[in-house]
Amino acid sequence: MKKSVNLYFGMAAIVGLLGLGCLGVPAAYGVSEAFHGKIYVPGPLKPVDSELKVRVGEPAPDFVLPSLSGEKVQLSQFRGRKNVVLSFVPAAWTPVCSDQWPGYNIVKDLFEAHDAVLLGITVDNLPTLFAWTQEMGGLWFPVLSDFWPHGAVAARYGVLRSDGTTERAIFVIDKEGIIRYIDVHDINQRPPLEEIVKELEKLPKP
Amino acid sequence: MARQTCFFLLLVLFAGLGAGMGSAGWGHAETGVPGVGKSFPPIVLEAPKDPAMRTYLGIGDVQTFTVDKVDADVVVVEIFSMYCPHCQREAPTVNAFYDLARKKNRPGKTLKILGIGVGNSSFEVEVFAKKYNVPFPLIPDGEYHVHKTLGQVRTPHFIALKRGADGSRKVVYSQAGSFGSPEAFYRLLMER
Repeated sequence: MKKSVNLYFGMAAIVGLLGLGCLGVPAAYGVSEAFHGKIYVPGPLKPVDSELKVRVGEPAPDFVLPSLSGEKVQLSQFRGRKNVVLSFVPAAWTPVCSDQWPGYNIVKDLFEAHDAVLLGITVDNLPTLFAWTQEMGGLWFPVLSDFWPHGAVAARYGVLRSDGTTERAIFVIDKEGIIRYIDVHDINQRPPLEEIVKELEKLPKP
Repeated sequence: MARQTCFFLLLVLFAGLGAGMGSAGWGHAETGVPGVGKSFPPIVLEAPKDPAMRTYLGIGDVQTFTVDKVDADVVVVEIFSMYCPHCQREAPTVNAFYDLARKKNRPGKTLKILGIGVGNSSFEVEVFAKKYNVPFPLIPDGEYHVHKTLGQVRTPHFIALKRGADGSRKVVYSQAGSFGSPEAFYRLLMER
C-alpha cells in the first residue's frame, strides 16, 4: 500500500512539474501579420549557448563589416563622436528577430537624444538581410552582415552560438569605445526597450 | 482505497495547476480567438493610468477592468505590438477610425476602441502611443497573457464586440490585418 501511495505521489509530482515546466518555455510571440507565412519557427531554443569574451569596462573590440547600404562600417569610426548600441540578433526570418528591429525603427529619436547610433548585426549574408529588412519596410539604422568569415565579430565578442547563429545580445559602448552594458538575452525573448534606454541615460549627456 | 482516490485527485490537481501556470494568464485557459457570435473572454486588463482614458472607456476610477465594462454599444479591440511593422503602418488608419467614430457617436450608438499591446511593457505602448499620436487607450500585455488566451493571434488583429438587447456582448468581427477604409469598417459595424 505504502509503495502504491509513493507511486501516486511521485506521478503527481512529475506531472505537476511537467506542467510547471511550461513556465520556462518562452512566452508567445506577437508575430506581425506582415510576416505571415514567411517566418521559420525553430521552436524554443537553449536560452544562451556561448561564453562572453568581453566585459563591461573593457574596450570594445574594433571591427569592420559590410552594411546593407554598400558601405563598410567600422566601430572605431564613432570613437569620440557617438555612443554605439550593437544589436546582435540570431537570424533573419525567425520569430523574435522579425519583431525586434521594427520596434527600434520607430525610436530613432530616443537613440539620437542620447547621441547614440544603433548598429544591427546578424550572421546572415547581405542579400538575405536586404530581403528581410525590406519586408520590415526598411530600417533607419545600419544593418551589418557578419557572414564571412562566418560570425567572426560575434565570436570575438563571445556571442556566436554553437549552431552558427548569434545570441540576442545588446552592447552599449560609450564614445571612448568602452563597453558600458552587456545583455546577452534569452534568445527566445525580446529585450525590453526600456532597458536599452535606461543604459543610454547613464552615459554622459551630449 | 480512499487514500488512493485522494492521491489521484492530488495528481489531477498538480497537473492542472502546473499546466495552468505555464500556459495563459492566471485563471484564463487558452480559448483561442473568439469568432463571430462568441463572447470575448473575461480577461482582466490593467486600467489606463490617464484619467482621461478611463473616462473615455467609462470604467470609473478602477485599477483593472474587463472589456465588457467598457461603456459603449460597440467596442473594437486592437491586438497590436509596438514592434509590429504592420501595426505601425496601420496606426494612422486606426486613428482615423477613432476620429470617425467619435464624430458619429450618439446615445444608443456609441463605438469605442482600445488597443492591447502584446508582449509590450507600459514603456513600449507609451512609445507607440506617442509616435503615432494614438488618441485611445493602449493597454500593455507584457507577459503575453492576453495574447496566449486569445490563441496567439498575429498582429494587428481587430475584434469588435456588439452589445445586444439583453446587455450581453457578442463578437461581430474578428480578423487579422487591415480592416480597410475607416468609413467602410464603421458602416460594417454600426449600420447593419
